[in-house]
Amino acid sequence: MTRLIYELTESFRIAFAQIRANKLRSILTALGVIIGIVAVTLMGTAIRGIDTGFNKSLAMLGDDVLYVQKWPWGPVEDFWNYSNRPAIMPDQADKLNRIIEQTPNSLLEVAVPVSSRSTSVKYGENKVSGVFTIGTTADYGRLISADFSEGRLFNETEANGGRPVCVLGFDVAEAVFQNRSPLGETVLVGSHPFTVIGVVAKQGSFLGLFSFDNQVILPLEAFRKYFSVRRGAELRVKITDKMRVAEAREELIGAVRRVRGQLPGERDNFNINEQGAFKAQLDPIKQGIALAGLFITGLSLFVGAIGIMNITFVSVKERTKEIGTRKALGARRRTILLQFLIEAVSICLIGGIAGLLLTYTLVQVVSVTLPAIPVEFSVSLVFISMAVSIATGIVSGFAPAWGASRLDPVVALRYE
Amino acid sequence: MTPSLAPELAGRITRPAGPLVIDIAGVTKLYQMGEEIIHALRGVSVKIHRNEYLAVMGPSGSGKSTLMNMLGCLDTPSEGRYEFTGKNVATMVDDELADIRNREIGFVFQTFNLLPRSTALANVELPLIYAGYSPAERKTKAIQAMQNVGLGDRLHHRPNELSGGQRQRVAIARALVNSPSIILADEPTGNLDSKTGVEIMALFEQLYAQGNTLIVVTHEEDIARHARRIVRLRDGLIESDGPVG
Repeated sequence: MTRLIYELTESFRIAFAQIRANKLRSILTALGVIIGIVAVTLMGTAIRGIDTGFNKSLAMLGDDVLYVQKWPWGPVEDFWNYSNRPAIMPDQADKLNRIIEQTPNSLLEVAVPVSSRSTSVKYGENKVSGVFTIGTTADYGRLISADFSEGRLFNETEANGGRPVCVLGFDVAEAVFQNRSPLGETVLVGSHPFTVIGVVAKQGSFLGLFSFDNQVILPLEAFRKYFSVRRGAELRVKITDKMRVAEAREELIGAVRRVRGQLPGERDNFNINEQGAFKAQLDPIKQGIALAGLFITGLSLFVGAIGIMNITFVSVKERTKEIGTRKALGARRRTILLQFLIEAVSICLIGGIAGLLLTYTLVQVVSVTLPAIPVEFSVSLVFISMAVSIATGIVSGFAPAWGASRLDPVVALRYE
Repeated sequence: MTPSLAPELAGRITRPAGPLVIDIAGVTKLYQMGEEIIHALRGVSVKIHRNEYLAVMGPSGSGKSTLMNMLGCLDTPSEGRYEFTGKNVATMVDDELADIRNREIGFVFQTFNLLPRSTALANVELPLIYAGYSPAERKTKAIQAMQNVGLGDRLHHRPNELSGGQRQRVAIARALVNSPSIILADEPTGNLDSKTGVEIMALFEQLYAQGNTLIVVTHEEDIARHARRIVRLRDGLIESDGPVG
């Protein structure tokens, strides 16, 4: 055992002496590994970044909110079955809330109706079109996690009275008012005047597709007065315990069926959507991206590994006589095998560390200059890339090291 | 078996032979060279005892190198018996042979075979690493061996900072360091000028006097005459085996 330790120490000493003696060659070889590790780790940070961005987007939907809607999220084939469903009306939220109140230990907390359409918001000469406009109740505040950068949401009195007040999304407020405070100002939503009472803090976009900052929130009664709600609404239902989503979902299905007067045996004429389902749908895509990315970047690492293998073969060839001498002096096969494996692994490790430092720098630069690109460096990445480097060294160094260890000492000693 | 003193070698001491170290009987070695089978050794028998100073001579192609590889446990016979201090070497596998070489045999090569990037001391320590000595023990033993060959002041020089004679002395120190049963020198003066060669042979004489067992493989009569016994090979057979004189 101690002999093995001495041999290992000696092998590391030789490996570094060898690398020092062949600086240029070692650097050029390590370059292949550096590029490979940079590619793999950058891909890793990108995948991680996408993942984090994705989870952040999902969090905007709320992980404790179920969406009662006519349509499921995601593609459907028999769309006519869905379009024939009776609309979900905002007042069904009231009925649902009464059922929730009457149910002891209900897993549902509150149902909030949300009607929506696209309109424009105008103040003076400034106008923004295509603003996602929703009408909802004061309970909406219990659903959203976002803060207000200014002001507040309308209260129950304002909501029930259908007062012409509105809350602007961050981007809308910025576009229409530039740097002024919009509080107390009157804007035209569509063609109807509303007084701004609050601005929601910046939330970012959902998967880069839909901006939560490009919206206007109106009291449902006011929305109903000026815009039609006949197209229906959705009900957002907050649950009490996000660990028990499945049970809450069952309870909600029963409650909504009652509200919508569905008969037993009849198929649900609505869908319960939740962010988890979204995740299930997007996970394969994400994995596909990750797999393809890792495969492509893995190729560059493979090229690096071939470089290592080549240089180890050269090293063995050059030092054939030295191998013969060492064997004559009592080096076993294992000793020679370890010596060249460690040499290959050392070059890979140096390349790996350099690659990691490079990746770290790149990630820092990217996250400062291009904050929109989601990249994230992590400790696990350090361990993974070190493991990958070592594995690369072992895999690529094994064949030449094995060959060296099997050399006939007589032949090796005679080699010039 | 006790060699008599040759006239020009009068005054040399001859130490009494000790126990049997090498016992080779009826050894043959075949090589396949393409279509041809080469009989490098055709049945060689030789016994070597502790405290002997033996020269193996022969022209090229005589099987001299093959016998040396065999004696050095670098190679195993195709047929025949080879016992090293009573252990059967003929059937040993690679790693067992490596251990025998490490503990029992000290090699001295014609081309010195020092590791160029290691200091003299590190070169001498090498066999001790494979023998499993701790770094402290290695250093002590290696320094001792270096002093024994008269290079106590050259410990941290690299081979390219040493003269040819000094390099061969380092190699001899390396061969001695693990206190082997035999020292096997292959043309030890082949790469040295004659003056340095004489110095190296004087060192061998000193090592012999200190109780080492030496085998020198050479094609030079002058070198062989330093030994006490000469084994001459021709065409894979022993032509003569007897004391110098």
